[in-house]
Amino acid sequence: MEELLALMREVKPGVTFEGDDDLIGHGLLDSIAIVTLVGEICDEFDVEISPVDVVPENFKTVEAIYALITRLQEDN
Amino acid sequence: MKNVLEYLEQSARLFPDKTVIADADTKLTYKELEDKAKCIGSLIISKLGLPNETARPVAVLMNKCSLSLAAFMGVVYSGSFYVVIDEMMPADRVNVIFEALSPVAVLTDKEHFETAKELKLSDDGIIILIEDAPDINDISEEKLSYIRSTMVDTDPVYALFTSGSTGVPKGAVVSHKNVISYTSWYTETFGIDSNTIFGNQTPFYFSMSVSDIYSTIKSGATLQIIPKTLFSFPIKLMEFMNERNINTIYWVPSALCIIANWKMFQYAKLDKLKKVLFAGEVMPTRQLNYWIENLPDAMFANLFGPTETTDICTYYVVDRKFADDEPLPMGKACNNCRVFVLDDAGELVNPFEIDENGFSREGELYARGSFVAMGYYGNEDKTKAAFVQNPLNDKYPELVYKTGDLVKYNKYGELVYITRKDFQIKHMGYRIELGEIEAAAGALDGIKACAAVFDADKDKIVFVYEGKKYDEKEIIEGIGKRVPHYMLPNAIVRIKSMPHNQNGKIDRKWLQANYESI
Repeated sequence: MEELLALMREVKPGVTFEGDDDLIGHGLLDSIAIVTLVGEICDEFDVEISPVDVVPENFKTVEAIYALITRLQEDN
Repeated sequence: MKNVLEYLEQSARLFPDKTVIADADTKLTYKELEDKAKCIGSLIISKLGLPNETARPVAVLMNKCSLSLAAFMGVVYSGSFYVVIDEMMPADRVNVIFEALSPVAVLTDKEHFETAKELKLSDDGIIILIEDAPDINDISEEKLSYIRSTMVDTDPVYALFTSGSTGVPKGAVVSHKNVISYTSWYTETFGIDSNTIFGNQTPFYFSMSVSDIYSTIKSGATLQIIPKTLFSFPIKLMEFMNERNINTIYWVPSALCIIANWKMFQYAKLDKLKKVLFAGEVMPTRQLNYWIENLPDAMFANLFGPTETTDICTYYVVDRKFADDEPLPMGKACNNCRVFVLDDAGELVNPFEIDENGFSREGELYARGSFVAMGYYGNEDKTKAAFVQNPLNDKYPELVYKTGDLVKYNKYGELVYITRKDFQIKHMGYRIELGEIEAAAGALDGIKACAAVFDADKDKIVFVYEGKKYDEKEIIEGIGKRVPHYMLPNAIVRIKSMPHNQNGKIDRKWLQANYESI
């Protein structure tokens, strides 16, 4: 989880993601940030995120993103 | 025809119950839009009184939604012109706009009342709440028709503020005549009719949305506002487009690139989409080719123009194949908008004098005719610098617009964009167009977006890119295949995500100032 937060801070410096229940609705993650973040997650966590997984449910909170990573790692 | 409201009234007669505009949650039929606009117009007149032979500026501050269109049309019914203020615009920028504009009123809703109160209005400026609009049975048709009888087609419909090179926004004033001439060309050229369903991407404070809005109302078409967050979720974006039966889009290239860079057509189809139009920045050919491969029967067109020619002055409907590193032409002038090119010496460039490389001499692009806007609101100096007497005509007054864009003709007689005159740089004694470096980078297949900027203090060309990590050597070799050695970048910066300005275009100014800290 810390590793993920560190990545997110790198993509969007100065933003507090923890505890936010709607990262997209609140504008913390915009379209460009999501594309970048997905690329970074694939590299760092060695998973393949298909665009089919790039849906609001999976990016709503830090926990949701982490759950997606965990699920993809288990699928591997 | 002399007033854009005639579009609305005619379509409301022909298609009263048809949806004219919809967002994720709400929609309006043509009849509802006409009624609401008249109610809002009446409200504004009740607060401001009748206009005094001069159209007054009314700022509109609200979410981008179906009702926005009723607000715009309502302002026009009141004999005023509208200026769109986005809720996400920083207050500082809005206040700079307001200094030039001195709006007589801000039209807003309860949701944005507090934001509106924070803005610096002129001394007698007031806030008008849309919720206070009277019922359609209580409006004064008499006053509305009186105002209508006083209006002429050179009256402004809206002013759109664009960033000036000095950072002070300039408000291009666009008249009924401008919008009507422009929209006639747009609907004829792209076959916009009552079957058209637009998927709108661009913000309403950006000139491209003018094409979506007015060609919709003129043709009895439907405008679907695509929620901005969907551009983060390409699969949801495509689902939305299919659900809403969107068959025509006019987007900035950055938005089209989202679908191309994710290679989204492996996961979903856009079978209903028949027309893909784009403008606002250079469309990378590699990403365009991906779209064309996947929608081989659709029409693709590259549109070019500034806000000062209503939206567009030249266009090119893609009718031949282009290699990934070959730039698209900007094409030819629109019907009823003439363009011409003057070289450094002020001589007219002849499109038929083509050199052995297949191009004419280069020069600055000028536009004349009915698309050319009225000038910049409250800014005589900037107006005089850009809206000038036709240099080729010393016999009677004729204002033309000096675009500041450098262009040349190719062997097909099509105009080819070179760069903004301001972007043309002098480096090691050579005159260089940064856009050529960007086009050359199209040869590198892992690059999703790129920008070449110039650090004049250090005399360095900086190439910033997003995408696969390359060795600097690979990039230099790739670019070096298409441009001479003196145009090769002196610094290469890989960026995690390309910064975009409010309109969704790559933010070059930011890159230029900040590339060292990336």
